[in-house]
Amino acid sequence: MSAAELSTATVEAAAQRPRRRAARRGAPPGEPRRVAYLYIAPALLVYAAFLLYPLGRALVLSLYEWDGLTLGSWAGLSNYHQILTDDRLRSSFLHTAVLVVFFALIPTAVGLTLAAIVARARVRGLAFFRTVIFLPQIVAMVVVAVTWRQIYAPDGPVNDLLRLVGLDGLTRGWLGDFTFALPAVGVVGTWVATGLCFVLFLAGTGKIPRELYDAARVDGAGAVREFATVTLPALRNEIVVALTLTVIAALRTFDLVYVTTSGGPGNATSVPSYEVYRRAFQIGEVGSAAAIGVTLTVIILAVNLVIARIGDRA
Amino acid sequence: MTSARERTLSYVILLAFAAFALYPLVTVVDLAFSADVSGQATGGFANLGDAWVQGRFGTYLRSSLIVSVVTVLLATFLSIMSGYAFGTMRFAGQTLLFYTILLGIMVPTEVIVVPLYFDLRSLGLTDTYAALILPQVAQSVAFGTFWMRAYFLSSSRDVVEAARLDGAGHWQTLWRILAPIGRPAIVTLTLLTFMWTWNEFLIPLVMVTSENLRTAPLGLAFFQGQYTSGVALLAAGAVIVALPVVILYLFLQRHFIQGIVEGSTRG
Repeated sequence: MSAAELSTATVEAAAQRPRRRAARRGAPPGEPRRVAYLYIAPALLVYAAFLLYPLGRALVLSLYEWDGLTLGSWAGLSNYHQILTDDRLRSSFLHTAVLVVFFALIPTAVGLTLAAIVARARVRGLAFFRTVIFLPQIVAMVVVAVTWRQIYAPDGPVNDLLRLVGLDGLTRGWLGDFTFALPAVGVVGTWVATGLCFVLFLAGTGKIPRELYDAARVDGAGAVREFATVTLPALRNEIVVALTLTVIAALRTFDLVYVTTSGGPGNATSVPSYEVYRRAFQIGEVGSAAAIGVTLTVIILAVNLVIARIGDRA
Repeated sequence: MTSARERTLSYVILLAFAAFALYPLVTVVDLAFSADVSGQATGGFANLGDAWVQGRFGTYLRSSLIVSVVTVLLATFLSIMSGYAFGTMRFAGQTLLFYTILLGIMVPTEVIVVPLYFDLRSLGLTDTYAALILPQVAQSVAFGTFWMRAYFLSSSRDVVEAARLDGAGHWQTLWRILAPIGRPAIVTLTLLTFMWTWNEFLIPLVMVTSENLRTAPLGLAFFQGQYTSGVALLAAGAVIVALPVVILYLFLQRHFIQGIVEGSTRG
């Protein structure tokens, strides 16, 4: 995960800012100071030069057809139009939808289950489970990819297991299979994201007053009803955050695809981020790459807003 | 109280997922120490040494260390200062500036790396440490400013007042009083930034071609391309690349987990 993924959920935090400022107006306020600009200037300078400016440049580049070497030519919105019409590009965005299931929905469901178990049963060795289940989050994605390539290899553990139980017919090179390559990449996402969801929900359940559980039990609620009436509603915020982070992680999958499949076989595992790289640096379609990048950015901003909205309404 | 059967089931489920999380990592460590049929790897710790030399992971680690340490130092220093201004001062355009910086947390690397590469190339800056470090500092100060601002907002006004009565200016108040009190928040920020920078792949992939500048994850990806048969050395390389962050995590996991949880839910 990256900083970009991490605090996308912070838009919500920022949205609360005006309220907080109003509340503070009576109390000793932050002092009005012009020196503030001097404190901000160095950070802002680097930020503007290496993030804001390139972002603006990407917008401009996306309106040109440019091979990266010779003079570019004006292309209007044709690079964006291409995203809708080009089969390869369109399917790269559709693949992302499949990845969302594996990167976001399954980990959220599993994380909720695990957190509910912990909240209910007062498990011993919680620190151990948390440390271990979160571990995949901190390992470099390239290492993760190299590792899972071995696991999916024709003579790897997955196929060994299938042979062991007599399902020899199902063995295959999973990452080279047109049907199974994308879900195989997805499972890696599930492996990485589950720990993130788990610790987020764990932090959330820790804040639920025990009396709520006691009350539910007095009412004779079983594990399932207790989950539905106590745990789930209390975790609303954490679920919103977890979904935001994991959906964006799915949208931004790059390292994993680059190292495991390079988008293949064919373009079975091609994703938008990979298309950005391929077009800009391998086949000299810089304008198209920029347009995909801008589209990706817009989608990420939209996902933030939409999920935050749903969270507010729920 | 829950029934004994339910308790058992709870542990079984938790253990199953712990095993799922650990299994791939155990597999790769096991491979890293195994001998190779091809005879490229002799097994044991010798594999790590071979990967270090043959795979040039020593060089990659050095490059990663330079990039990560410089990025962390620069980004943390700049973030503390800007977070201090946003958290304790009032000035015109504050909200707009803060939102502008917050935007940087959401902008994906993919979109900025394309123009950045071509612009830095025309300035002759690709294939330098600057090209690896400065874009990552820019990304890190976005999160860092947000993170430090939250700390300074929560810091005690009384402490600041007392410092001022003692004649401390804003600079001393920051570095002598608030920064030392905020050490836990700063340590967490440092660790998260270090992890993100160490693990970053796309920026080094695009920005450098020189082997001496390759960071560890990039080196590993290239190594995989070369040694398709030598799985043991590849696994050894993977272990070497992952180890620094894993060690930090095992010793300081509270910072990692709390940092991620608070960084994403705070507000």
